[in-house]
Amino acid sequence: MASLKDVKLKIGGVKKTKQITKAMNMVASAKLRGAQQRIERFRPYAQKFFDMLSNLGGQSEETAHPFLAVRDEVKTVGIVLATSDRGLCGSFNVNIITAALKIAREKTKEGKAVKFYCVGKKARDAVRKLGYEIPLAIIGQMNSFDFQLAVSVGQRVMDDFLSGQLDEVLMVYGEFISLAKQVPVSLPVLPIAADHRDEHAEGAAKNYIYEPAVEGLLAELLPRFVKVQIYRGLLDTSASEHAARMMAMDNATKNCDDMTAALTLLYNKTRQAAITKDLMDIVGGVEALKG
Amino acid sequence: MASLQLEIVTPDQIVLSRQVEYVGAPGIEGEFGVLPEHVPFISGLAVGCLYYKADSKTRYVFVSGGFAEVSDNTVTVLAECAEEAEHIDFARAERAFNRATERIAHKGSDVSLPRAEFALRRATYRLSLKNRG
Repeated sequence: MASLKDVKLKIGGVKKTKQITKAMNMVASAKLRGAQQRIERFRPYAQKFFDMLSNLGGQSEETAHPFLAVRDEVKTVGIVLATSDRGLCGSFNVNIITAALKIAREKTKEGKAVKFYCVGKKARDAVRKLGYEIPLAIIGQMNSFDFQLAVSVGQRVMDDFLSGQLDEVLMVYGEFISLAKQVPVSLPVLPIAADHRDEHAEGAAKNYIYEPAVEGLLAELLPRFVKVQIYRGLLDTSASEHAARMMAMDNATKNCDDMTAALTLLYNKTRQAAITKDLMDIVGGVEALKG
Repeated sequence: MASLQLEIVTPDQIVLSRQVEYVGAPGIEGEFGVLPEHVPFISGLAVGCLYYKADSKTRYVFVSGGFAEVSDNTVTVLAECAEEAEHIDFARAERAFNRATERIAHKGSDVSLPRAEFALRRATYRLSLKNRG
């Protein structure tokens, strides 16, 4: 049986751990609030952007811009993988990475090469171990990022797409559904799928004047659309990360409570056993003296 | 008189949303003005200064390119970055200006000239709003 002192030390340790997990929980919940607010602030921009794109949508052909053309032969697939930089958030990163690697394996089986564009340390670490090519890895930015991050990732992906190094681009990220639910999602980024453009076809009924003409405007609009998509993915990943961490830390705090309870029970039992033993000794001694 | 609703939206926030009488914006193919009852119109925006008149005052907003959509007396500006003149960090713009001029002056092989020129243009427009807040 463990000694009294050992048990006491262990209880102290578990209590300290609980303080840490509790603090992390609170930090995560504060950060989650911030991330959610950013999603809220981004929504009007994204909404207006989609509206504008669908206004143009009715008039654009696949040939109007290279980003719209589906390539006949897809040789290389780029996967933009967004995870968190730090762990201690349950199975959040593992889920996203598993989803991305599953896609990568399928594409490889079809004879396509796969390249990873990683945002977040966990993504890079996992992908690097498997030996996929990583043209771009952005580390240490997930904690505080703005639209510029999406711009730099988007620019790189679009450059590679236009220069023919990529024929298809996907983004895998953690979609934020609710506090308790975050789902890894893969979203086609390039070429830009037709359904985005026809989503609200009735918008095209208005007779707009375009300046410059539709092709010129698309050339401006589509690269930004790619960045908007990526930014949305990053925002979602960030919110999901904090939600996942909150849940994980909540569980950890609960486990600490359970453990403290079990250890306290053990401590009391040990203490009682020791007292009983002492009493027996005393009683034994008294009996012996009487003798 | 009918008035216009001007909305300036960036990915990080809604910069401005108010009733105005007139909007002048730096279109890609030249500046354009919008009065109430304008026909539906979509244009790309260049880096530059957008201005609007409200309460018989003219106010300026810096935009770093984007789009403007005019329909139903609403002007929606989507920009990656937009700052009202009174909120511009001029010290920062000045630093950016100096940095960009320096880069263009020493055309080192490691700096991309278009990027430096783009930065210079942004800084110049920001600084041009200095006394118009």
